[in-house]
Amino acid sequence: MDTIFGVPTQALFGQLLIGLINGSFYALLSLGLAVIFGLLNIINFTHGAQYMLGAFGAYLLLTKLGLNYWWALLIVPIVVGCTGVIIERLLLSRLYNLDHLYGLLLTFGLALIIQGVFRNEYGSSGQPYPIPPQLMGGQKLDFMFLPNYRAWVIAASLVVCLGTWYLIERTKLGGYLRAATENPALVQAFGINVPRMITLTYGFGVGLAALAGVMAAPIYQVSPQMGADLIIVVFAVVVIGGMGSILGAIVTGFGLGLIEGLTKVFYPEASNTVIFIIMAIVLLIRPAGLFGREK
Amino acid sequence: MAAVIQAVGTTAGGAETRALRLAFLAMVAIIAIAPLAVYPIFLMKVMCFALFACAFNLLIGFGGLLSFGHAMFFGMGGYVAAYSAKEWGVTPELAVLLATACTAVLAWVAGLLAIRRQGIYFAMITLALAQMVFFFCLQAPFTGGEDGIQSVPRGKLFGVVDLADNRAMYVFVAAIFLGGFLLIWRIVHSPFGQVLKAIRENEPRAISLGYDTDRYKLVAFILSGTLSGLAGGTKSLVFQLASLTDVHWSMSGEVVLMTLVGGLGTLFGPVVGAAVIVTMQNYLAQLGAWVTVVQGAIFVVCVLAFRRGIVGELGALFKGRKLR
Amino acid sequence: MKRTLTSAAVAAALAALSGTAAAQISDGVVKIGVMNDMSGLYADIAGPGSVTAARMAVEDFQKTSKAGLKVEVVGADHQNKPDVGSNIARQWYDVDKVDAIFDVPTSSVALAVSQITRDKGKAFLVSGAATSDLSGKACSPNTIHWTYDTWMLANGTGNAIVKTGGDTWFFLTADYAFGHALERDTEAAVLKGGGKVVGKVRHPFPGTDFSSFLLQAQASKAKIIGLANAGGDTINSIKQAAEFGITKGGQNLAGLLVFITDVHGLGLQTAQGLIFTETFYWDLNDDTRAWSRRFAAANGGKYPSMVQAGVYSSVLHYLKAIEAGKTDDGTKVINQMKAMPTDDPLFGKGSIRPDGRKVHPAYLVEVKKPSESKGPYDYYKIRATIPADQAFRPMDQGDCPLVKK
Repeated sequence: MDTIFGVPTQALFGQLLIGLINGSFYALLSLGLAVIFGLLNIINFTHGAQYMLGAFGAYLLLTKLGLNYWWALLIVPIVVGCTGVIIERLLLSRLYNLDHLYGLLLTFGLALIIQGVFRNEYGSSGQPYPIPPQLMGGQKLDFMFLPNYRAWVIAASLVVCLGTWYLIERTKLGGYLRAATENPALVQAFGINVPRMITLTYGFGVGLAALAGVMAAPIYQVSPQMGADLIIVVFAVVVIGGMGSILGAIVTGFGLGLIEGLTKVFYPEASNTVIFIIMAIVLLIRPAGLFGREK
Repeated sequence: MAAVIQAVGTTAGGAETRALRLAFLAMVAIIAIAPLAVYPIFLMKVMCFALFACAFNLLIGFGGLLSFGHAMFFGMGGYVAAYSAKEWGVTPELAVLLATACTAVLAWVAGLLAIRRQGIYFAMITLALAQMVFFFCLQAPFTGGEDGIQSVPRGKLFGVVDLADNRAMYVFVAAIFLGGFLLIWRIVHSPFGQVLKAIRENEPRAISLGYDTDRYKLVAFILSGTLSGLAGGTKSLVFQLASLTDVHWSMSGEVVLMTLVGGLGTLFGPVVGAAVIVTMQNYLAQLGAWVTVVQGAIFVVCVLAFRRGIVGELGALFKGRKLR
Repeated sequence: MKRTLTSAAVAAALAALSGTAAAQISDGVVKIGVMNDMSGLYADIAGPGSVTAARMAVEDFQKTSKAGLKVEVVGADHQNKPDVGSNIARQWYDVDKVDAIFDVPTSSVALAVSQITRDKGKAFLVSGAATSDLSGKACSPNTIHWTYDTWMLANGTGNAIVKTGGDTWFFLTADYAFGHALERDTEAAVLKGGGKVVGKVRHPFPGTDFSSFLLQAQASKAKIIGLANAGGDTINSIKQAAEFGITKGGQNLAGLLVFITDVHGLGLQTAQGLIFTETFYWDLNDDTRAWSRRFAAANGGKYPSMVQAGVYSSVLHYLKAIEAGKTDDGTKVINQMKAMPTDDPLFGKGSIRPDGRKVHPAYLVEVKKPSESKGPYDYYKIRATIPADQAFRPMDQGDCPLVKK
């Protein structure tokens, strides 16, 4: 058997694949953050809580209404997205003429509220959510056992990421969006309702977080704190990728998942910190991030 | 943010300086009398957090830089003081000094990385760096992991005064707090502080005037981090323990909240904010997770309707509406 | 006014009846403080349920006792933060006249409270915290460690599994002091029993994705995968092990710190086959069943964890010791408790060692398959019973300064 640095090549493939799975979550979340940041110039600290809401949404639909995973996949992002719309209309829209840092503080406070409420209601130990029966079991590849559900996560998130990229970079709607990012007043003058576009964009970004939450529910315990630590990692991903491009967020997300996966094999002790270390290095060499433009 | 801070900023007019001096004297008087009525350990906790919040405010209020990772200095200071006092048996003043020195180095390294970006990026970078420090503290053997460093001796100040006595400890903590506070006051009104404020208001202009703004920001960051470490080290001696709580990101959030509630960019705001938040945590502790909810709600209310904080609003009230 | 007079008269009469007992109780009331995590990670294991258990103990004590003690139970949330916990403890002792503190999960908080209790000469009965330092390096004449500890979990699980055929191990260890201690103690037990450790991997704490480490464990072909972690980490490892078909492949998971609430949260489908050690299970005998049903009725249908059972048992023994010793002075009560054998419906007969370790039997349990379970909370098969004298760390190995010669 061939080996790379003492690790069998086959095992390495398995680990890379797993890295890619984690990367899909990073990509989905950093994509949502990037979309929101692009138009609103707000770092959405509530993103982790909204990811958690997605998972809880799936759990509640199953236990309270008996609706299965596939319904959750459809309904939850829309519902959570709508709560995002409400948050944007009621709260965030009041802050646009202020320093962006206030947006950060506001969303941080919202995250505390949402997580606190759910902790009161459901405790911290987490609720179980089963893998949908259609995706039970797995494939025996020659280098590893790949659960069907994990394969689905990679595929689904790739489709969603690329779809979003296409929507924003290649369609007319996306064109308006990008134009509004550059110069909202001008776009408004062309008769496009910019405030509504901003609202919908926030809702869309939040929906992406919720979608990631639904997809995470069967893998991790559905618990109120599930997004709190993850969001910090995603922030680091965003800093590494830079806020310039949608594609940047996607590529960095998947890439860092891979790197983290490799760290888990060669030096597992550092696998929690490796992303932060990369962030430090990137900051030293390219302060604007790998794909970012200096503003 | 800058606009608000400007409105309540502490530009040293004559009347204002007099008001500040009066407020300072009042604060000293309160510190001297309060232990008669209030549980002294609670007061010491308030002073430690107040110093922490003042240090944090130095960066955001006067430098315009929002750090979301100040827990790394506070917590690291706590660990260093606790470890040196317990394992090496150094005297308390030395333990606190060591803590301050170590956090100064940490702040220098973190600052070099963080000041490369501004605004939101700066916040995210400090948060990520603090998370790295958190993982380091979790895994490093000297911190005792989840158990923390326990049963830290308070020791004898200068080898003479036994700090196990709460009264002696109280005086020690009060001295550190007042010293730190006066230092921050001095920094804010020094030429250095003025340049810092200029950078906050308009960085390109400051650059065009020939100031090396990165250097100023770095120094401000180091000062702020160092004083946070001083606060953390003192706190670990008061409670005789150092634990992961103080390096966790939620502590970074708490200090932001204290400063915001009290008033960004005011000298006394962070002190008032710390007192309010610590008191609230103490008396709402029975509510469990609702404490988080209440804190979150205060954040939201402050940001939406109360951006100047308690001291800021009071200041504006006294000044009338002429500044608006 | 009349009313107060009457009640004062009654109280006086009671005091007279009970002889000198009431005279030795500081301020006339025995105040019990249950401090734990009411809303966080350990809220299900301890939390409000522990307060319920303490109240039940007081009730049951009053039924049989003739001392006429006035007992009050208060609860507080330490939020798993040592500074919050030590603040509450100081305030309880200094201002609120609490006589003894119970439960206190989270080792860091328990160690802090133990130190304060010692300084103030009160009593501290730990049920929720795991660290075996409480009866080892950090032992105190004012602290009794009641329900379980890390050494007992590690040794019990390691030893008993090797005896029942699980002789090759792979460790999945949380990379911090607690995980390292669990791994070290278990490894020692495994080696002593003639087993072999074929590999280990340290995962960062807290982790979310364990599949990478589980694959490494799978590749090792070890019969037993030891999970030297706790809480959410353990739950996610178990869940993901099921997902990757590791348990189906013939490898068994051994949890080193698992509670019945965790099994309940995971569901039998996922948790089946998991082996671990507990000191209490509701379905042991008629006494435990009767008590647990009563508890569940008062606790929203949730069955007791061993921590909550331990709070009941420790409060009961504490009150008995006050009755016997006729004083609520912390140090004296603890000495009295150590002098009396323990006996209660939950843990049976036991004793408290001079180093503050309460000893009782432990049970190696295996989680049932869904088909074997008859209903909610019917979760365990008892694989082995570890007798009290072997379950806990021998006193001479703990480095407790109290018992050093």
